[in-house]
Amino acid sequence: MRREIPLLITGIVGIVFILQYFVPHYPFNMLNAWFSDWFSIIAACAIWLGALNLIKISTVKVYRKKAGWGYPVIIIISFLITVVIGFAGGQDFRAGGSGFDWIYRHSYIPLSSTMFALLAFFVASASYRAFRARNFDATLLLLAAFFVMIGRVPVGDAIAGVIHLPESLMPSNIAVWIMNVINAAGQRAIMIGIALGIVSTSLRVILGIERAYLGGD
Amino acid sequence: MKKEWLIYAGILLISLILFFLVPKPISFSPMVSYIIIGLIALVIVFIFVRTIKGRLVDRRTIFVFVGLAVVLPFFMTVKQPIKLSPEVRILFDAVQDLKPGAKVLVSFDYDPPSAPELQPMAEAFFYYCFKRDLKVIIMGLWPQGPQQAELAIQRTRQIPEIAAKNIQYGVDYINLGFQSGNEFVIQRMGGSFKSMFPNDFYGTPYDSLPLADGVTNFSNIEFSFNLSSGYPGTVEWVQVAVDRYGVRLGSGSTAVQAPQVYPYLDSGQLKGLLGGLNGAAEFEKVVGLGGVDGQPGFKQITGILGKGTKFMVSQSAAHVIVLAFIIIGNAAFFLGDRRRKDKNNDKDSDAKKTDASD
Repeated sequence: MRREIPLLITGIVGIVFILQYFVPHYPFNMLNAWFSDWFSIIAACAIWLGALNLIKISTVKVYRKKAGWGYPVIIIISFLITVVIGFAGGQDFRAGGSGFDWIYRHSYIPLSSTMFALLAFFVASASYRAFRARNFDATLLLLAAFFVMIGRVPVGDAIAGVIHLPESLMPSNIAVWIMNVINAAGQRAIMIGIALGIVSTSLRVILGIERAYLGGD
Repeated sequence: MKKEWLIYAGILLISLILFFLVPKPISFSPMVSYIIIGLIALVIVFIFVRTIKGRLVDRRTIFVFVGLAVVLPFFMTVKQPIKLSPEVRILFDAVQDLKPGAKVLVSFDYDPPSAPELQPMAEAFFYYCFKRDLKVIIMGLWPQGPQQAELAIQRTRQIPEIAAKNIQYGVDYINLGFQSGNEFVIQRMGGSFKSMFPNDFYGTPYDSLPLADGVTNFSNIEFSFNLSSGYPGTVEWVQVAVDRYGVRLGSGSTAVQAPQVYPYLDSGQLKGLLGGLNGAAEFEKVVGLGGVDGQPGFKQITGILGKGTKFMVSQSAAHVIVLAFIIIGNAAFFLGDRRRKDKNNDKDSDAKKTDASD
């Protein structure tokens, strides 16, 4: 029964979601609303589950004094401070000027932005080492990247203007052409491929052929 | 380890000294700005020559240059012409066609790491909506989205032109907050907004909001704008809101995500696209926040330059630096390849000579 019930739920929900797309009337519209609400409830619970799991893993790391256990201490303290201040703020806990808002503005935003900003340095270093015209394919990729990078910033056209390039050869126009023609064509092919893959996998899941999501056979 | 801590302490000390001693705001004159740019260009040429001579660049050198390229432009007074791309023009035209009082749904589907690209778009979009007396309904499929919307609203309301309009919460805009459930939220909103957002961001019941009066589902929304940096985002909005409910949707995407949504632009499923910081700067220009090309801009109105236009100088510098190092890297690759071939040829000829002498 541990397998049959989840398989049954998956099958019924999957079939209802397919049918309600083509028949948006009673009872499918009602079932669609019902299942969608359940999905939102489960997704909201998953957020709590994730947060509690983070605390559990961090506590275990601190308790066993694993390598780098100082970081989980910061996680636990930050988590508790944010939760306590958030709950203490009542329903308006996110309003401008509240403690939670202060943490968000002066701690969360700078820290997460700093982490993301490191990407610029790694991208630059990786581009230097990896963007080499080793063969024909790599050269095409390199040229596309070159024109998109220079064409997506105003300085590209400014440089082209200095050397009096015609309008059609301006980097911004070349970048637009690459994005609208070459990129869009490639993206379409990828999207159609992904869509076909999703359809086949979904059918396998709904019909109970694919059971890996239950823990694997 | 001790050496590293000394470096960190040194950086902190220098930062503190600069923070307290240097007069604010720091701004280089155009002459100083161009001299700095010239000096950096000279150093890059020097690195290029060194590379040709066989001395490779250490990656820490690249980090230093990228750091300089991003930071220094904040203090420079360099203006660059922003050219309007077709996808930005389409979005502007779509919003411009809306009549005053039209309801616009804005979904904030991003978090602070993507804010440097998407926040300027949000501010420029709000500015234009309020300027044209459009009614804005905010929501988020990402938990931090509605909080980002609040920051954008606060900044937009500081613009004297908007401040003079005395924008009221509940009447001119509402923030419905975050709802978990990804694309299922969009799907349920097709039937009823209230079912997904019974209370707004501040806990006020949906029915108590004057702006929400008469807004049942997507059929009561004239235009929708999605600020997206991943999943759920523009792709899900197109697949559910546009395809199923016929919503007119514009998108503001990060530069990384923009290529993924271009096919929707060509097919007409998207009514305009702001791609990355460049898209933000272009939209600022077209709505009148760019402050360049003699347009009545943010700088003239408020003394603050539009964020997208301001950050674009850093982005331009960073792109040029990365491209310069890609060229240097390729020079090193080809020269290294040629040297290897020469070396192999020398070895072969030496071997032949040895064979001949034997």
